[in-house]
Amino acid sequence: MPDGEPAVEVDGLSKRFGDVEAVRGIEFSVRPGEVFGFLGPNGAGKSTTINMLCTLLRPSGGRALVAGHDVVRERDAVRRNIGLVFQDTTLDGYLSGEQNLRFHAELYGVPRQAVGERMRQVLEMVGLWDRRGDLVQNYSGGMKRRLEIARGLLHSPRVLFLDEPTVGLDPQTRASIWDYIRQLKDAEEITIFMTTHYMDEAEFCERIAIMDSGTIVALDTPESLKAGIGEDRVRIQTSDDDAAIAALEERFGLAAVVSEGAVTFSVAAGEAFVPRLFAELGVPIRSVNVSRPSLDDVFMSFTGTTIRDAEAGAGDRNRLTMRAMRR
Amino acid sequence: MPGSSAAGPGGRAAPVAGIVRVRVPEPGLRQDLRAVKIVLHRELLRFWRDKLRMVSGLVQPVLWLLVMGTGLSNLMATGGAGGGVDLRTFIFPGVCAMSVMFTAMFSAGSIVWDREFGFLREMLVAPVSRSSIVIGKCIGGALVATMQGAVIVALAGLAGVPYDPVLLAQLMGMMFLGAFALTGFGVMMAARITQMQSFFALMQMAMLPMMFLSGALYPLNGLPTWLSILTKLNPLTYAVDPMRRAVFSRLDLSPELQRTFSSGVTWNGWLVPVWLELVLVAGIGAGLLGVAILQFRHTD
Repeated sequence: MPDGEPAVEVDGLSKRFGDVEAVRGIEFSVRPGEVFGFLGPNGAGKSTTINMLCTLLRPSGGRALVAGHDVVRERDAVRRNIGLVFQDTTLDGYLSGEQNLRFHAELYGVPRQAVGERMRQVLEMVGLWDRRGDLVQNYSGGMKRRLEIARGLLHSPRVLFLDEPTVGLDPQTRASIWDYIRQLKDAEEITIFMTTHYMDEAEFCERIAIMDSGTIVALDTPESLKAGIGEDRVRIQTSDDDAAIAALEERFGLAAVVSEGAVTFSVAAGEAFVPRLFAELGVPIRSVNVSRPSLDDVFMSFTGTTIRDAEAGAGDRNRLTMRAMRR
Repeated sequence: MPGSSAAGPGGRAAPVAGIVRVRVPEPGLRQDLRAVKIVLHRELLRFWRDKLRMVSGLVQPVLWLLVMGTGLSNLMATGGAGGGVDLRTFIFPGVCAMSVMFTAMFSAGSIVWDREFGFLREMLVAPVSRSSIVIGKCIGGALVATMQGAVIVALAGLAGVPYDPVLLAQLMGMMFLGAFALTGFGVMMAARITQMQSFFALMQMAMLPMMFLSGALYPLNGLPTWLSILTKLNPLTYAVDPMRRAVFSRLDLSPELQRTFSSGVTWNGWLVPVWLELVLVAGIGAGLLGVAILQFRHTD
């Protein structure tokens, strides 16, 4: 893969299961070295897309290149260049962590003289070197996920696919997984393609694609997406809320409401607006808070629903229960 | 958390400095052989770790050999039909075949288990041919089954079978061949089944008739026509018969008794030679393996 060639390039990719069109002709490309995120509720088509890119599902239409290779015609070439971490664990619990990695190394044909050193490296990176001899069935959920990340990296893939890498983990473990992902990006010159339905995690991606009902509804950096919404949220506390609301309406043409004990309104470039606010409002202000739109707002503006509401409809509760039982 | 210190902010530069980038080679026979070997190796590792399975796999054959064999030989002695042949000796090859059969099926069933627990996916996305995974699984299953069978073979003395090194080697070889074919059968079934319960229900359904119709537990000589035809159609018959013929050739018996207890399989009066029986078993095994490979090529 020469420099500059996209790590992932997708053109008109679609997948249909019977009558259901899970992915409807999507199009995007991922730069080498980028951390690219797919954000969307369960059932949006994220996993279907990732499975097609990983050669596990045959597309119904369109084309996809991963590391410069066609996912249908050059399946093995794609497989050699990608690492995978799935939503559900794919480890053998009856083997030790080290044995799981060794199995992977042999299956991927990692040169024998490099296996030992490489194994130590990836295990140290995820902090499992000391536990390498333990049976995986005795690992915690977070340790298993870290081991899978280490395994996905073992053969130095060009692109690492992470399908919901932190789902079902406690916040502390989630944070540490993200530490590894960031560290990894610095260390391995690797492209990371991940799916998530956690808004706060999508913030860590350099660019995100928002997916809903099988289509990409928006694709940009998290900052631009939020800037695209335009307005910041400003909350002020005043000595006279009614007067403040009237003044906002009269002097700035802004519609404000009292919400949670503060006068709240939306305005473009909120920080730059604050000096004017103090100068011209004419009502004493005790405190001011300006917040940028969150990805939740972005998701809402593109899909007309919050991600949590979108999920309530999808049947992922069963899956989560299954996962809990398995552990 | 011990061991995580290297991954903390202070240690971040360390992995960058000494990074080992590995190159995954182009696919080829060498890669496929490596894959066969590691899949096989995993079967052995798991078998070794699962001591309970080893013991439980022995219970049934030992029951047949020592309890049923002893109990029924009583019957034969009073009936007088046995004349000089211990029933335990007679069913010994059959019991060897049975123990191999159960273990082989269990090994094949681990594919379903792997699917249920996700590990199959790890194997299926690797850049190796699906056939190497299936072949590794079959050889691994056959080896594990043969190891289990070796324990039964070690009990030969209890069944009045002589500890002749050549005989023991022959038995082991034949068990391996039979186990290979049976694992192929199991893997073929496992290709499409997603639940352990369904797999074992199906196996139970296939194995009991196969066992009863194989001549593992009774002589093939002088059966009613319908039963005789069924036994000849049963592939397991051709795996059990060579083992029995090997055992009986080491016994000092009159030709009559030989004929009664180890008559061999006949096709329209023609005695099928041992080599042909073995070729048949190997052929069936290879055929089942081929079907299994085809099925795995088509699964995602």
